[in-house]
Amino acid sequence: MHERSVPNETESDVIGAIRSVLRAGFSVIERPFDRLFTTTLNPLAQLGALGFFFFWIVAVSGIYLFVFFDTGIERAYQSVEHLTLDYRFHAGVMRSFHRYASDLMVVMMVVHLLREFSLDRYRGVRWFSWFTGLPIIWLLYASGITGYWLVWDKLAQYVAIVSSELLDWLPIFGEPIARNFVSTGTLTSRFFSLMVFMHVAVPLFLLFVMWIHILRISRPKMNPPRTLAILSLIALVAVSIWKPALSQGQANLATVPAEVGLDWFYLPLYPLTGIWGNGAVWAFLGAFFLMIGLMPWLPPLRRAKPAEVDLAHCNGCARCAEDCPYEAIRMVPRSDGMPFPTQAAVNPSLCVSCGICVGACPSSTPFRRSEDLKTGIDLPDYSLKTLRERVIDAASTLAKPGRVLVLACEHGAAAGRLDATVVLPCVAMAPPSLIDFVLSRDLADGVVVAGCAENACYNRLGVQWTEQRLARQRDPYLRARVPRERIATVWATPLESGKVRSTIADFAAHIADLPPMRLRSPLPVSAASRPGKNREPAELKGDS
Amino acid sequence: MIRVLQVAAQFVVIAALFAGVAWLSDHPTYRQIPDGSGIMMLTFVHGADRKGECRRFTPEEVAKQPPNMRRVQDCPRARRPIYVELDVDGRNIYRASLRPTGIAGDGPSRVYQRFVLPAGKYDVAVRMRDTARAEGFDHERRGTVEFAPSQMFVIDYRPESGEFIFR
Repeated sequence: MHERSVPNETESDVIGAIRSVLRAGFSVIERPFDRLFTTTLNPLAQLGALGFFFFWIVAVSGIYLFVFFDTGIERAYQSVEHLTLDYRFHAGVMRSFHRYASDLMVVMMVVHLLREFSLDRYRGVRWFSWFTGLPIIWLLYASGITGYWLVWDKLAQYVAIVSSELLDWLPIFGEPIARNFVSTGTLTSRFFSLMVFMHVAVPLFLLFVMWIHILRISRPKMNPPRTLAILSLIALVAVSIWKPALSQGQANLATVPAEVGLDWFYLPLYPLTGIWGNGAVWAFLGAFFLMIGLMPWLPPLRRAKPAEVDLAHCNGCARCAEDCPYEAIRMVPRSDGMPFPTQAAVNPSLCVSCGICVGACPSSTPFRRSEDLKTGIDLPDYSLKTLRERVIDAASTLAKPGRVLVLACEHGAAAGRLDATVVLPCVAMAPPSLIDFVLSRDLADGVVVAGCAENACYNRLGVQWTEQRLARQRDPYLRARVPRERIATVWATPLESGKVRSTIADFAAHIADLPPMRLRSPLPVSAASRPGKNREPAELKGDS
Repeated sequence: MIRVLQVAAQFVVIAALFAGVAWLSDHPTYRQIPDGSGIMMLTFVHGADRKGECRRFTPEEVAKQPPNMRRVQDCPRARRPIYVELDVDGRNIYRASLRPTGIAGDGPSRVYQRFVLPAGKYDVAVRMRDTARAEGFDHERRGTVEFAPSQMFVIDYRPESGEFIFR
């Protein structure tokens, strides 16, 4: 088996190496989860949706807790103890919900960030979602940390002192805030009113930024599948009863909270302030966020030319706009006088050049007789005409029996294959008519569509759209005359090349055993199907 | 039946994950100071004298000023740094020249220093110089303190009374 290196996986830089290790890690974890949960329910494919889900749990439980909460140096702690111990089975459980769902938000956010990084889904025009994710980190931590202050137990005292010492390091405040927390008598109840305001205002702003975060993607997952949501809720109830969230003794400013049970999701850096010093912690945070903030623009920059609309072949059907995963295509009023109400318009700043729109366009049919194959929307760097030529070239290397042509996503496991493989930016760039073309022209006996893993599609919806088109559930449909048994799909990460090899080998053996194909095509078989002849695109004229 | 078992397995995995998260929400505990020790804190905010003396404007200089912005004396804004020392059991553990805050150097000097010490009895002496004098100190306090485990012992300065306080 001949294979070529895949650009994504052979980056020699440090970031590329980290990404490869992370991708391997996720690949190892995700497959067992796929088997247990199914690809639809796999929590690792629902991280953003689960983040929203836990936000709403935190919001509802927070409103409930606010009914019981009383501001004041003494009353804050007492009211939290009251709701925790005296109303254990509703307010107490709500308190546990509030804390654990907040922690789970951090887990979802961190894993989501690592996974998107591992899948290389943050560069080019995707910078927006990556970049707007950074303030979410700060706002989520600010929300959680202000929440811990409100309880006014020993942990709150520790958090108040370390947080204010951190803030005091910045040359912003005239008088050290931390002086308010070093002795009794310096703190007033107004402080708790301020913290309540902060603990409400910051999460509201967080929700606003979360909305901005998903603005530029179509069909964002904001709600997890119902089964997953129900299981998560029941599990939260069980854990809240098993280990209720409790306070750690009332704060006392005359003493040092020498030993505290830290929330390691929200406060992992706090011990470092004592080891490194506040300046070093700020330097670490600054360097870290500067680095991940700049990552979308670090080399290697890959920026293919955005898709272009050819109005002469666009009838304004809107399928491209419907299928675009990035909201890069809008339907606008017709501008060329043709008798259609709308036409497609590409926003170049949102287009990632995945080609999914090409696969969705009903004009994208390789059967077209025109000399210069045109379609309604096309990629300048990888046109439908080029795709057809590459398919013909790749197919010319095949020998009977069991000739299998592979249409491979450049981000999937089959991208490294050399034998009879055509690599695409996304498998959904290939219209179903291309498979019809391959089989009806007798270019191959079977076609394997090899894309990213189901839940790790580089272009978000490519796997889903391809499955639905081949299942004849989504326009453009695979034509009824195309035998489905001659098409195989394999969804695999770049680390699962073994799975792809075995799937293709099994499929080739299966194809070899099938009787000769007889497609009910009204058109003559072209010269392209005759072995031993040069096949020029111009010769491949058939049904359109 | 298989479906029920699968859902049960899904629940077990989710619950185990959540239980791990719940455990990590307050475990393992973190000890910020060694057992049997406390924190001695030296902290105050105080503005030293201004660097120069105020000079009275002459009547001619006052007359030259805009009528609505006339001042009778010219005072330099910048303050002197404060020099402070802290001794514990006769051993100096802190000395610093605290620069005034503010872009123009006209704000108060401030200090916020914590020292982790084992519990016990200590002779504490704190001294401060906030005037133009080159030698000696303007404010000083000595005392013996009983330092309990986990105690927060604060040495502060009250500008209104011009003295250090131990609390």
